Formats: sequence, structure tokens, C-alpha cells
Amino acid sequence: MKHFMSIAAVAAMTVMAAQTAKAEPQAEVLHWWTSGGEAKSVAVLQQEFASRGGVWTDMPVAGGGGDAAMTALRARVLSGNAPTAVQLKGPSIQEWYEEGVLADISAVAEANGWEDVLPANIAGHMKCEGSWCAAPVNVHRIDWIWANADVLAKNGIAMPATWDEFNAAADKLAAAGITPLAHGGQAWQDATVFEAVALGIGGPEFFQKAFVELDMATLKSSTMVAVFDQMRKMRGYVDADFSGRDWNLATAMVMNGEAAFQIMGDWAKGEFLAAGKRPGIDFLCASTPGEGFLYNVDSFAMFAVDGADKQAGQALLAELIVGQNFQKTFNLNKGSIPARTDVALDDFDPCAHASAQDMAASNYGGSLLPSYAHGMALRGAQAGAITDVVTAHFNSDMSSADAVEMLANAVANSL
Amino acid sequence: MDKTYNSSMKTAQTVILRIGLYVILSVFALYFLMPLFVMVTTSLKHLDEIRSGSLIALPRDITFDAWQIAWSQACTGIKCEGLSPYFWNSVSLAIPAVLLSTFIGALNGYVIAQWRFKGADIIFALMLFGCFIPFQVVLLPMAKLLGIMGLAGSIQGLIFVHVVYGIGFTTLFFRNYYVSISQELTKAAKIDGAGFFRIFWSIFLPLSLPIIVVTVIWQFTQIWNDFLFGVSFSQAGTQPVTVALNNIVNSTTGVKAYNVDMAAAIIAALPTLLVYILAGKYFIRGLTAGSVKG
Amino acid sequence: MIHWLEKHMPKLVLTPSFAGVLVFVYGFIGWTAWVSFTKSKLLPKYDLVGTIQYDRLFASPRWETAFENMFIFGGLFIAIAMVLGLLLAILLDQKIRTEGFIRTIYLYPMALSLIVTGTAWKWILNPGLGLQATVQGWGFESFTFDWLVNPDKAIYAVTLAGVWQASGFVMALFLAGLRSVDQEIIKAAQVDGIPTWRIYTSIIMPSMAPIFMSAFIVLAHLAIKSFDLVIALTGGGPGYATDLPATYMYTMAFSRGNVGQAASSAMIMMVVVFAIVVPYLYSELRSKNHG
Repeated sequence: MKHFMSIAAVAAMTVMAAQTAKAEPQAEVLHWWTSGGEAKSVAVLQQEFASRGGVWTDMPVAGGGGDAAMTALRARVLSGNAPTAVQLKGPSIQEWYEEGVLADISAVAEANGWEDVLPANIAGHMKCEGSWCAAPVNVHRIDWIWANADVLAKNGIAMPATWDEFNAAADKLAAAGITPLAHGGQAWQDATVFEAVALGIGGPEFFQKAFVELDMATLKSSTMVAVFDQMRKMRGYVDADFSGRDWNLATAMVMNGEAAFQIMGDWAKGEFLAAGKRPGIDFLCASTPGEGFLYNVDSFAMFAVDGADKQAGQALLAELIVGQNFQKTFNLNKGSIPARTDVALDDFDPCAHASAQDMAASNYGGSLLPSYAHGMALRGAQAGAITDVVTAHFNSDMSSADAVEMLANAVANSL
Repeated sequence: MDKTYNSSMKTAQTVILRIGLYVILSVFALYFLMPLFVMVTTSLKHLDEIRSGSLIALPRDITFDAWQIAWSQACTGIKCEGLSPYFWNSVSLAIPAVLLSTFIGALNGYVIAQWRFKGADIIFALMLFGCFIPFQVVLLPMAKLLGIMGLAGSIQGLIFVHVVYGIGFTTLFFRNYYVSISQELTKAAKIDGAGFFRIFWSIFLPLSLPIIVVTVIWQFTQIWNDFLFGVSFSQAGTQPVTVALNNIVNSTTGVKAYNVDMAAAIIAALPTLLVYILAGKYFIRGLTAGSVKG
Repeated sequence: MIHWLEKHMPKLVLTPSFAGVLVFVYGFIGWTAWVSFTKSKLLPKYDLVGTIQYDRLFASPRWETAFENMFIFGGLFIAIAMVLGLLLAILLDQKIRTEGFIRTIYLYPMALSLIVTGTAWKWILNPGLGLQATVQGWGFESFTFDWLVNPDKAIYAVTLAGVWQASGFVMALFLAGLRSVDQEIIKAAQVDGIPTWRIYTSIIMPSMAPIFMSAFIVLAHLAIKSFDLVIALTGGGPGYATDLPATYMYTMAFSRGNVGQAASSAMIMMVVVFAIVVPYLYSELRSKNHG
């Protein structure tokens, strides 16, 4: 017995020594998930990281949908003091890669078979010239339309399946003294509505050509004029005080029955749920009229850093982020769905189920598309140039033809 | 008879004028107090009341929960310790930065105003123009330089940045103050054999209390409220309170707790508010004492 | 050696600050100028490509708005804060019993960063939530105050909040100036029966000329750096109606990864500041040295 004890002790010591030699995984994580459910979700990741022996240093910077964090990131990279892991998404991952500052995490990705569990489009965003350079966290759907169930029932309106139906419903609601569309007049919210309208009216192919490939003929096409025409209609469906309103206050308008619809990504669901509203009973969720699925995938990129402990931290972090457990817990908290397709969705709500089904279907049908408004489709300069035109048109009496011309010029000027 | 009538007319007129004066002053006081009123009342409300009711109304039912959450529980990332840890970062960066920039400004002002040499005016003008450089311009090159100097991400780095961009104003304040002191004083002291620093320590510094108050208040306000440098040149563990406040207030896709936001905002502003309330009197006196004289 | 040291001490003391200003102000302006002639995207690059960034800048409708706004906002902000500050100082100088209290109320906004007060202002200025709704609630149904949501007027709403922040400070400057005017001269004028408004316009105001300079410098500094104000209040909206050069530059450099474009806008902005501030500083410094 005594003999056994000493063997156990020696074994334990050997294990410990091996661990020290392997270096304790370290990670400084720059992200902008600072409040409420988001912060709790990141904390889940931190706990898992710690339980595997990692030391997590938190570097949260909120504001402007990551603008402030990107400011901090630039300063950190220029000063030669890059954080270990950074919340980055879409083409900006490749942009940073081209600056030569990202680390390669292919070893982790291959060991964990990411290729097999991620939809091809989403995997594409995580790769830089063929090697893996980022780990996806979730999939937000952007083209959602939310509605107050009571208001629709009272006015005899069904969830619209086409934009004509939407317009008819909106006219009816306006006549009844209800604001048809709850909207916050911030540039990114204008862009969110715009891309939903563009996808619905133009279809997936049009969207791909216009907002992914920046095809000039498509940008100047008559379909684009029709998209701006519908945007002008949408402008008539919002209330007078929409400018600068935060998206969650717009959601509150739908909850209170002041307004009937809101077009917003699935984080709006969190606001409904937090107020004790039930999906399908108090509020309804559906995809905006038309075919397709616009995704916004949050992800973490690993920056090139020195030191075995930091590199070990990056590998561990990447593994955990794409792990089943984190993908489930995080997305339950955040209102999105897991990026990997093999997570059981039993605990998720009906809206999330709809989202997952639509994602699978559109992935199969080729209409799974990146959101331009949320920085998934284009680089910052081009996306910004488009948003400038969209918001200028929405907030003035510019004609659709002028807007289309301005759009083509702005895009050309930003390349 | 006529005369008393006239003088009572005059008194009546004065009274009306005085009342008018107080009315005007009160109207402006309301304009200035309005945002503070909104912040304080919101911070005392329950979240349900904010969600359902008017944003600008007195609370139906006062609660201090939001204040407690903001100070010690609100999440600023995965840590949910409220503003308190960041508060001390701000203190430990603001105090040295204010003292250093004030001291350097005093020396500079003393040289420019009292030891006039050829080119001193041009140097002063160049420094003054530095006050106008927009900080967004300097972020990137500054980041690079801080990296080279090995100060990236540290409190020392932040202190350095604030001192560098504070010197223009502090020099201006002290120069304008010292310029009103006769140069004969310096000349007489020199004849008595006093040196450069001796004159500064024993003649000018003791005279400077009013302007020191003004400069310290100005610098403290600027540095404490800074967000742009704070967010760019800090790393985990050195972030100042404005960055933490921003993390609490600015959630993009989370549920907003406006009462906590407002309480956090007031807490973050308390030190500067206190400085203005407590030292406001000395501030006016300091300005009166000559900082504003040419 | 000691003698040399003593003789050159003033210059030696000034040298580090001056060197700092040369590097951290003028060096960085030079750096920005260089980068404005490159195609820098995410991070600065140093290969010169000519004036393409400036061509694009001048072709951008958004920049045009931002540039115009700088003059509208800057002009109004400085003028109104100056006038209001002077008015408040004169009113407060009438031996008001509660002066200390009222003064603190006027002065406190300067203590707060607009990151802090932005949300409150947003609510107050929002027609559906704030002032308009409240006044209409009192029964004045026709009262409208919709500057914040009206693209043509939003910049005035921004000015309103800017003035709120700065005019108390200007008031303090002028109040100090009023207090340091020689009381004997004023008394003599009063004895001579000169009306009060004349005493202000021809005796008190001229003697406060240097204060106008201090106030101008402080206000111009705040106007140029008005960044938080716009971000917190309107985020540049509605559309980009309230964009200012500082916010334009920040957006380009940090949220759009277009550092070259940002640098060119910074240069134009700095040229304008230079054109306005330098002649002013020059004339003020000259007259003071000879005055």
C-alpha cells in the first residue's frame, strides 16, 4: 500500500512536471461583448479555459459595434503588443491576415475536424489562403422580421410573405393608427433594413452580384432602383421620431404594441425574452419576404504572438470555441444558433429552430449569403461607402435613380 | 412729494428688474440642470418603470439598486465587479499626469514670461498651436512610438501621452499669469545673486497658488474624462474608468439597463463634479488673479 | 561650466517640452501628411501614390457635409458660447445672493464628459420622449422641437448640447475678467452719470480683450475636438447630416480601415484650423507684446 502511494505520488509529480514544461496556456482576449447575456456567454468560455489550466486575461472594449475595439487593436498591433485572441469577423479577418499579423491555427482545426462540422460558406470566412486563421462562434440571422402577435391578430394581418403583402399590411396598420415599422435611424440599422429588402426584391443572385462581387452593372440595374423605391416606402412606414433611436427601443415599440413590425437580427429575440414575452404567442418571428438567408458570424482570430504559453493558449481557445459545449451554451444566451451543424438544438426556442432549418436549406440551395450591413460580405471601406448612400437616401427625399448613381460612384471611389 | 414719488418708482423698477434677473438666471439654471435631472431620476428607477413609462419623469418608486450594481456588480466583460477596479486605474494615472504636466507648464511659463530670449515667442506660439491638434490624428503614430519606447499598454504610457498633450495648455495658463508679474522682480533677484531655480522656487511658486488651482482643475477634467487615449493605449488591467463606463453603457446586442448606465455615468463623473463643486470658488478666484490677463 | 549652465538654464528647461512638441505635434502632422499620399488601408503604408486620396475626398458627398458642418457648428458654437457666457457673467455680477450656487450649476457641465451626458441629451432632444412630448403633455399641442431628427436641423441640436457644456466655463472666464476690472474707474464713471450699458461697452469690455482670446482658444479647442459630442448624441446621423471632420476621420481610419483617406481628411482639417487660428494667435501675441 505504502509502495503504491509513493508510485502514485511520483506519477502525479511527473504529470505536474510535464504540465509545467508544456507551459500554462495564456490568453489575452480582446472582445466587445461586455454586457448582460453576451458577457455571461464569454464567461462560459473563460471558465472552460480555466478548467483546462488556462489563464484568461480579459480585454473588453465596447462601443460602436466594435469600432472602439478596432481602434484599440490597431494601436496594440502598431505598438508591437498584439492581444492573443481578437473578436474579428468577415473579410476583416483576411484584411488583417494580409498585414501579416495573424497566426495559423490549422493544426487545431484539422485535429478537431472543423471542415466536417461547419457549413462551407462559413468555413470559407475562417480561412486565409487555405489555412485556418479564425474560429467561428455563432450564426446570427439578419433578415428577420419580428411582429407583435396581438396587433397583427386585431388587424387581421398575417406575416407577410412578399413585399407587396408587407406594403398592404403596413398601409392597413397606418390607417389604424399603428406605426407599421419600428425602426431606429442609425446608419447600421438603415443598412440592415436595406439588405433585407435587397435580398427580398432582387433575390440571392442579385444580392451576391451586388454586395459580394460589387458588380457595377448590378449596382446600377433597374432592380436596384426598385430596391430603393421600396426603401422610400419603408421610410413612410416609420414614425416621425425614429432618428438615432437604439434598436432595442424600437423592439420595445413592437412589444408595447405601438408598432407592428421590426426588421432586425436575431439579437432582438433576447430583448423580447428578457421582457417575458413568448415566441409564437406574444411575438412572431419570420424571415423577411423573399428567398435566402443572410448570416452574420462572430468569430475570433488569433494574432501572431511569441511565447509557448500564449501559443498554447491560442490552440486551447480555438479548440474550445468550436467545441460543442461552448457553441451550445453561448448561443442559448445570445439568441443566435451554433456555427457547427452537429449541435443538438433541443433547448433552443422555435425561432432558433427555424433559423437552423433555413440555414441548412439555403446552404443546400446556394442562397446562404453573408450580410453586407454587418461586415460579412465586404471590406470596411466598400461596405461603408454603400451604407453612406443607403442612409443618405433614407434620411432625405433623394430619388431612387440618384441613389443608384451615387451608389455606383461611391463604390468605385472606395476600391 | 414729487421726489419721493420718483424714488419709490425707482425702487419699484429696481425690484422688478431684480425679479426679472432672478427669473432669467433660474431659466438658465434649468437648462443647465436638465441632463443631470434626467440622469439622476433614471438611475433611481426600476428597469420595468423605464421600459414602460416616460423616460423623463420622476421615479414612482425610488431604488438605489442601480447604484450598487454600477459600482460593484455590473459586468464590464467577463468580470462583473462594476466600476470600482477601473476607478483606481484612473486615479493612478490622472494624479501623476496632472502633477507632472502642471509642473512642467509652470516652468515653461516662467521661462517664456520672465526669461525672454530670442525665439521664445515662436516657441510659445508653436506650443500653443499644439493645443489644436485633433487627437484622432496622433493615435497611430503615437502607438508606434509607445511601442518603441516600451510603454505600450502601461499606465506610464498613458501618463506620458497625457503630459505631452497637456503641456500646451498648462504652459499657456502659467505664461499668461507670469507675464503680468513685473520682470523687475526677476531682475532684482538676479542682482541679489539668486539663480534660475531659486527665483522660481522662492518667488514665483509661492505666488502661483491661484493659477495652480486653475491648471489642476483644467487638466484633471481633461485627463479624467479622456476616452480616446484610454481606449487606445491601455491593455487588460490598465483600462481607465471611462473605458469601463463605455463597456457598461455601450452594449450593441445586449439588453440595456438604463438605470445602471446612468448610475455608472454619474459615478464615473463624481471626481470631476466634486472638484468643480468644491474648488469652483477658487477656480474663479484663480482666473481673477490673472490667468486671464494678457 | 556652472556659469554656462546658469546662463543657458532657461533654454535647457524649455528644450524637452519644445522637442516633445516638435515630435509629437509637428512630427506627427508630417507623418499624417505623408500617409495622406499613400493607399494605406488597415495600417499605415509608406508607398507614395500621389493625390488620389484628396481626389476621392473632394468627390465624397459625405465629406462635403462634414466640412460644411465644421463651419456651421464651429462658428455657432464659438459665437453662442461666447455671447451666452458673457451675458451670464454680467447677470451673475449684479451682486446675486446665491451666486456661488448658481455659478456651480452653470459650471458643472464642463466636468462631465459627453460620453456620460450623451444619452440624457438624446432623450431630451428626442421629440417623442423629451422636451416636445413633455410640453405637448402640458397642453401645448402645437409645440414642436424636432431638431435632433430633422436632417437639416440636427447640427443645431448638436450645437445646443455643445453650448450647454462650454458656456459655463466661458462664463467663469468672463466673470473673473469683470472682477478684475478696476472698480475705481467704474465708480468714477457712475458719478459722472454715464449709463450702465455705456460703462459696459466702452470701459469694461475693452479691458477684457485678453479674456476674449483665452475664451476663443478654449472654445476653438473644444470645437475642433468635438467628437464625443457627435458620437454620443447622433452618431453622425440622421444619415450623415451631423458628421464633422473629426468623426469622418475617425470612421475612415478605425471602422472602415481606410487610413489613407483618413489622413487626407485630417490634413484638410488641419489646414483650416491653421488658417483660422494662426492669424488670430499672431495678432493677439503681437498686440500683447507691444501693449
